[in-house]
Amino acid sequence: MSFELVPLAVLMFAMTYPSRAIGLLNPALERLPGRALAYLQLVGPAVLAALAAVNVMVATTDGRSAFVIGLPWLSVVACIAIVRWRQNLFLGLAAAVAIAIGGRLAGLH
Amino acid sequence: MIDGLGIVVSAMGFGFVYGLTARTVGHFSPVEAMAMSLIAFGGAAQFAAIGYVASGLAWPAIALLTFLLNARHALYSAALAPWFRGRSFAERAAAAHLLTDESFALAIAHFKRVGRYDAIGYWYPAIVTTLIPWNIATFAGVMLGDAIVEPSRFGIDVIFPAAMAGLMVGLLTGRREVVAAIAGAAIGVGSSLAVGPPIGIIAGGILGPGVGLLVPASRANEEAPIGTPASAGHFGMPRTPSGPGTNDPRPGQRP
Repeated sequence: MSFELVPLAVLMFAMTYPSRAIGLLNPALERLPGRALAYLQLVGPAVLAALAAVNVMVATTDGRSAFVIGLPWLSVVACIAIVRWRQNLFLGLAAAVAIAIGGRLAGLH
Repeated sequence: MIDGLGIVVSAMGFGFVYGLTARTVGHFSPVEAMAMSLIAFGGAAQFAAIGYVASGLAWPAIALLTFLLNARHALYSAALAPWFRGRSFAERAAAAHLLTDESFALAIAHFKRVGRYDAIGYWYPAIVTTLIPWNIATFAGVMLGDAIVEPSRFGIDVIFPAAMAGLMVGLLTGRREVVAAIAGAAIGVGSSLAVGPPIGIIAGGILGPGVGLLVPASRANEEAPIGTPASAGHFGMPRTPSGPGTNDPRPGQRP
C-alpha cells in the first residue's frame, strides 16, 4: 500500500484552503481586480481542455512525444456533444465508454 | 432538500468515477485516493491531479495548477462572508474547508431564501450531501478499480479525458471560455509535442486564459460571472442546481 501521494494531497489542501478561507476569515479583504477575476474564470476551461487534449492526442514512448489519432478521440467528442446537448456528464461518460468498448470489439484502436 | 438529493446522487456518481480513475489511470493506492478526497476535497482539481501525476508533472507545478483551478473559491468565500458575520473563528475556519461549488450553490440560495445565516443551511449541504457521499463513492470506486486488471478492455481508459472534456463543457459560459479552452488545448498539445506533456499541460492552463482575454468583454456574451451562484452551477458537477440566477449580487456584496 503506497502512501507517496498523501503529502501531495496535503500540498493540494495547502493550495486550496487559502482560497476557501480568505473571504470567510478576512471579510474586509478587498476584492480582486476585474482583470484577475476574468483570468481566473478562464483557468478551468483551459486546464481541463489541455488535460483532455494532451491525454488523447499525445502519446509518449521512451521519452519522445508523438501526435496520435485514435478511437479515444471519438469517445471524447461524443462525450462533449452529449454533455452539451443533455447537460449530463454521466450520460456523456457512458457513451464514451460504450464507443471505446464497441470500437475495440470491432478492431479499432 | 430535493436539490440536496440531486447533489448526493451527483457526488456519488462523480466520486465513484474519480476513485475508479484514480486507481486505474493514476495508479493511486486506496489510501492516496482517499487522502485526496478527504484532505484536498477539490472535485475537478482532484480529477486533474490524476492526469498531472500520470504525466509525471512535478509537485510544485501541480500545486500551482491546483491553486489556479481552485482560486474561484475565494470568490465564493467572499460572497458567503457577510452571512457568517458574528460566527466564531473556528466555525468559519472549518466551514472554509468544506466550501465547494455545490455547498456554495445550495447554502447561498438557502441563506437568501431565509434571509439570515442558518447553520443547517450550510453544514447539511457541505457534509451530508457532498463530503460524505463523495468519500464513500471514492472508496467504492478505488476498490472496484483495484479489481480491474485490463482497464482499456472496459473502456475505462477513456473516462479520464472524457470527464475532463465533459467538465470543461460545463464551464463554457461565454465566448472567452470557448477561446480559452481551444487555446488551452492547442497550446497544451503543441507544447507537449515540443517539450513533453507536463510542460504542455502547464502552458495550456496558464496561457489559454490569456488568449481568452483577447476577446473583448463587450463580445464575451458571459452568462455566469465567476463568484455568482450561477457560476457555481457551472463549475459544479453537471446537474448541480445553479441557485437563484445570474442576477444575484456579486461576491462581497452585503445580503
